Amino acid sequence: MDHVLSWMVFLPLLGAAVILCLPSSAHNLIKQTALAFTLPPLLLGINLFQSFDRGAEGFQYVVRAPWIASYNIDYFVGVDGISISMVLLTVLLCPICILASWGINKAVKGYFALFLLLDVGMTGVFVALDFFLFYIFWEVMLLPMYFLIGIWGGPRKEYAAIKFFLYTLAGSVLMLVAMLYLYFSADPHTFDMVKLMALSGSYSQDPVFLGLTTQHLLWLALFIGFAIKIPAFPFHTWLPDAHVEAPTAISVILAGVLLKMGTYGILRINYGMLPEATADFAFWFLAVLGTWNIIYGALCAMAQTDLKKLVAYSSISHMGYVMLGMSAFTPQGINGAVLQMFNHGTVTAMLFLLVGVIYDRAHHRDINGFGGLAGVMPVYTGVTALAFFAAMGLPGLSAFISEVLVLLGAWQAYPGLTIIAASAVVLTAGYMLWTMQRVWLGPTNEKYVGLSEINARELATLVPLGVIVVVLGVYPHAVLDLINTSLLKLNDVVLSAASTAVALR
Amino acid sequence: MELTPVSYIRWIPALPLIGAVLNGFAGAGIQRRFGERGIAILACAPVLLAFAISVQAFLHLLSLEPESRFLLDRVAGWIDIGTMKADIAFLVDPLSCVMILVITGIGGLIHIYATGYMHGDQAFWRFFAFLNLFTFAMLTLVLGDNLLVMFVGWEGVGLCSFALIGFWWTDHKNTSAGNKAFIVNRVGDFGFLLGIFLIFWSLDSQGHGALAFRDIQHHAGSIADMHFWGWPVATLATLFLFVGATGKSAQIPLYVWLPDAMQGPTPVSALIHAATMVTAGVYMIARMNFLFAMAPETLAVVAGIGAATAFFAATIGLVQNDIKRVLAYSTVSQLGYMFIAMGVGAWTAGVFHLVTHDFFKACLFLGSGSVIHGMSNEQDMRKMGGLRTKMPITFWTFLIATLAIAGTPLTAGFFSKDEILWKAWSSEYGSPVLWVIGVAGAGMTACYMFRQVFMTFFGECRADPEVQDHIHESPFAMTMPLVVLAAGSLLVGFLGVPEFLGGSNHFHAWLAPVFEHGAHGGAHHGHHDVAMEWTLMMISVAVAATGVFIAYLFYFRQSFSAARVAAIGGGGPYTLLLNKYYVDEIYNFVVIGGTLLISRFLAWFDGAIVDGIVNATAAITRRVSAFNGMFDNRVVDALVNLLANRTYALGTRLRHVQTGGINAYLYVIVGAVTVVLLARLM
Repeated sequence: MDHVLSWMVFLPLLGAAVILCLPSSAHNLIKQTALAFTLPPLLLGINLFQSFDRGAEGFQYVVRAPWIASYNIDYFVGVDGISISMVLLTVLLCPICILASWGINKAVKGYFALFLLLDVGMTGVFVALDFFLFYIFWEVMLLPMYFLIGIWGGPRKEYAAIKFFLYTLAGSVLMLVAMLYLYFSADPHTFDMVKLMALSGSYSQDPVFLGLTTQHLLWLALFIGFAIKIPAFPFHTWLPDAHVEAPTAISVILAGVLLKMGTYGILRINYGMLPEATADFAFWFLAVLGTWNIIYGALCAMAQTDLKKLVAYSSISHMGYVMLGMSAFTPQGINGAVLQMFNHGTVTAMLFLLVGVIYDRAHHRDINGFGGLAGVMPVYTGVTALAFFAAMGLPGLSAFISEVLVLLGAWQAYPGLTIIAASAVVLTAGYMLWTMQRVWLGPTNEKYVGLSEINARELATLVPLGVIVVVLGVYPHAVLDLINTSLLKLNDVVLSAASTAVALR
Repeated sequence: MELTPVSYIRWIPALPLIGAVLNGFAGAGIQRRFGERGIAILACAPVLLAFAISVQAFLHLLSLEPESRFLLDRVAGWIDIGTMKADIAFLVDPLSCVMILVITGIGGLIHIYATGYMHGDQAFWRFFAFLNLFTFAMLTLVLGDNLLVMFVGWEGVGLCSFALIGFWWTDHKNTSAGNKAFIVNRVGDFGFLLGIFLIFWSLDSQGHGALAFRDIQHHAGSIADMHFWGWPVATLATLFLFVGATGKSAQIPLYVWLPDAMQGPTPVSALIHAATMVTAGVYMIARMNFLFAMAPETLAVVAGIGAATAFFAATIGLVQNDIKRVLAYSTVSQLGYMFIAMGVGAWTAGVFHLVTHDFFKACLFLGSGSVIHGMSNEQDMRKMGGLRTKMPITFWTFLIATLAIAGTPLTAGFFSKDEILWKAWSSEYGSPVLWVIGVAGAGMTACYMFRQVFMTFFGECRADPEVQDHIHESPFAMTMPLVVLAAGSLLVGFLGVPEFLGGSNHFHAWLAPVFEHGAHGGAHHGHHDVAMEWTLMMISVAVAATGVFIAYLFYFRQSFSAARVAAIGGGGPYTLLLNKYYVDEIYNFVVIGGTLLISRFLAWFDGAIVDGIVNATAAITRRVSAFNGMFDNRVVDALVNLLANRTYALGTRLRHVQTGGINAYLYVIVGAVTVVLLARLM
């Protein structure tokens, strides 16, 4: 069990290698192989969930081995409460996405090999504790994503893929610069994140540029890199394009896992390594921007006529809750933020899968081009209603808990912003219900009376997520217990850094 | 205060939930296999069982000392983060006990009624799945031991209301009404949430962060002097909560969804939009009475909004022609009376009216449903008339309920409405103005209700002949609940006969342990003026009688023509009322139109400006690189080439020097040496 994390990261890589050895015409075999190499990580994840020590601070299942000794670079992995929730989300969504990709029939071998490579990168980012390793995984993820959108995407796939790639790369470059600075300012030079976090107090408080300290500048460089991923306004416009063009499963991964890397990065790196700057910038760059994301995303979603674009903008809105929650430094706020990351992963995954179901049948996603699907596909409509109401934050379902924790936690710090943010409950209900009405209710569109009901494979992708959405609404501590200890500690790091900084001034 | 821990209360909400899950997931199959009867049993049995357990809980409370009548069923922990702790726990005290008896009792009757009303519907199972789910949510709302569990029920009933209003979803009229109900309610929920936050953090700052009602009550004193943004915390928090109440209980300015909600099947209107869900706002204020008692400014707002709504909705009720719309406005108006009671601190009177209203309004709605059922789905009263003889049970029960709502002495509505009016006059927070508005509204209520009775049941039938042929009394499943509810409309008032009429007001005594903080009206302030109370009562009865008489003259005797009254002032006032003061149109234009405008603007902004900058950056980069390429080609490379060409040209010229002839080289060498030597010598 010591190497459980490494197995979870590298089994998919082995799977990719195996797939490359298979004949490219053996479509089913390739798909089955892909599934066979994503299910063991899920089982390991369940095991991890059971055995994770919820009370312990610090990292668990740590594995460390020298990698590039001359530069002090280690293979160093481990999980704490923040990352374990994301690792679990990743290993859960990957097999679901393999199932959702069953209909792929263009260059099957390449698709599934790339998908597994993507899986390696994603899991790796969440478990890496060496900054260099983190950066490698971060980049490993980028390339398969580019090809998955650019080859298997919709009509404007090249545009979307290049936009995604360049945007993310721009962020990575800033991250690289900050990372190198951190490396060279440590003595002895190290990429060890745990050590870098311990060094957080040692940066000079002298302004170097426009009144900003070194810490501030590093913070901003990292923040922009991560904000692109979240995506935070105004760096978000790659997302709707990428979603619209990406195949269903890739949209699920994009919204379900990739967006979380932005907020995860902020918590792990900005919060952990630059706590003073975090305290200084949290209001403007997380609270205000998060609130703006919530409202702006919701209003933009309301105006969309493409179902997938609507879900994409709703993602932007829902990720705003994460930013707002983490900015308050209250136990409720930060727990709510990470829980929201998990819940958004499951709920939005459902939404994209559901859009995929109808797109596969009708070959378009125009909200105004449907009507009355409830009569044709009642089971599908029932599942959709669950997902839509979950996205609306209906009490009893998972997202309610995280949103209410975020808002309650944020109130303590920023009541005015919280009032603005909370008004999104009305906007969200507005665009969600309006969409439901236009697509699923009303007189049945004659064109689509012959559509087939959702099939067993599609249900198999949705039901597990639906069950999680319901269970976490009633028993949120399944996740909260995992994350709480680490998050409270992180809160303390920032709060004590802030009070020390105030004391020094 | 002593709590008795129990573990059976959870079954009261759980049973309907089980019914909902079974009907929801297996209902289609059950309906196919066992027919409607299977669904009906599966749906009604849990509610009736829940009623039995509620009775058991009531008896349990009775067996306890009045001050320790609290049963707590803590099921499990739910959220526990930092100082915020919310359990899944259910509390039965005298107040919630009244509510669960009403919800499961009247709700059970409506379930039975609906088995008749919904007969033949393809989605019979879906209807009952949501009706059961609603019952679960409503019971959670009233039984919830803390604000968050209450909120679960609060939004849960909204969801079911949405699903049932739009039950016949193929018509966009219905789905739009459902959307409107949910979204308008969400505005209220927004206020409710802010109230929760403010209360929690204010208490937390005093070291008592709490969400459970009794903890909030226990520590409420600690925030009495606290301010937030210059407002007393109690005032602001209760105002936030009241926004929630105006949404759920259809008060100004959020009442607009309720009349549209009549698009739902009639049992839904009776259960959700008359008897239970819409009373949630009143219940919530009653539950938080200790906090409202700390905020006299809020109470004034509550009473003012209540009175305005009671009056305003009654005026609209006077001219509506749809049988259910009249009842809808009547409900809005009656809820206004309950808020008047809340606003003057007469908690008991408000809850009492809530209970009596549940009986007669459920009876009226179910009666109207029976009429609609008998008239082949006709809802326009102008096409009714003369149903008295064709539907006798419906007629008599409807008449009894109408007498009750009109405030006829000794009926249920009389006792409860009279108590509210008296408290509106005499309470320390009351005022004669509230009383006058209340009495005027009561007169209009009597008038429009009897207008409805006359138009529907008396005179000649104005329906099409083929509809007339099919008019029939409803089946037993529908008439039985009518009879029970009519009996209730006559009798439940005697639970709360005021003392000046020689009663002992059991209802008041029963709720006393919950409401320690209210203004108890004149009676408890030592200057109880019996003569005044009699006088006021007489006046209000006289006004109601006048209302009935006017309806009689216009719609029974036809001594006057309603059309001529309608033409007064060029028909303007009538058109204004008929169109409900154009509030819907104004909201549509300002709120919805405004939001959509902003939303479209932002979507444009997002695509053209934000993404425009991104694309422009890309375009500029491409241009710069193109220029760069050109520069590289035409300048940098050209210079290189130029240099090369020049070098080449120079070389070409110099090549002529290189002749290869030894003689020539020798001449040059000799010549050069000569020149050098000469230069040295000189």
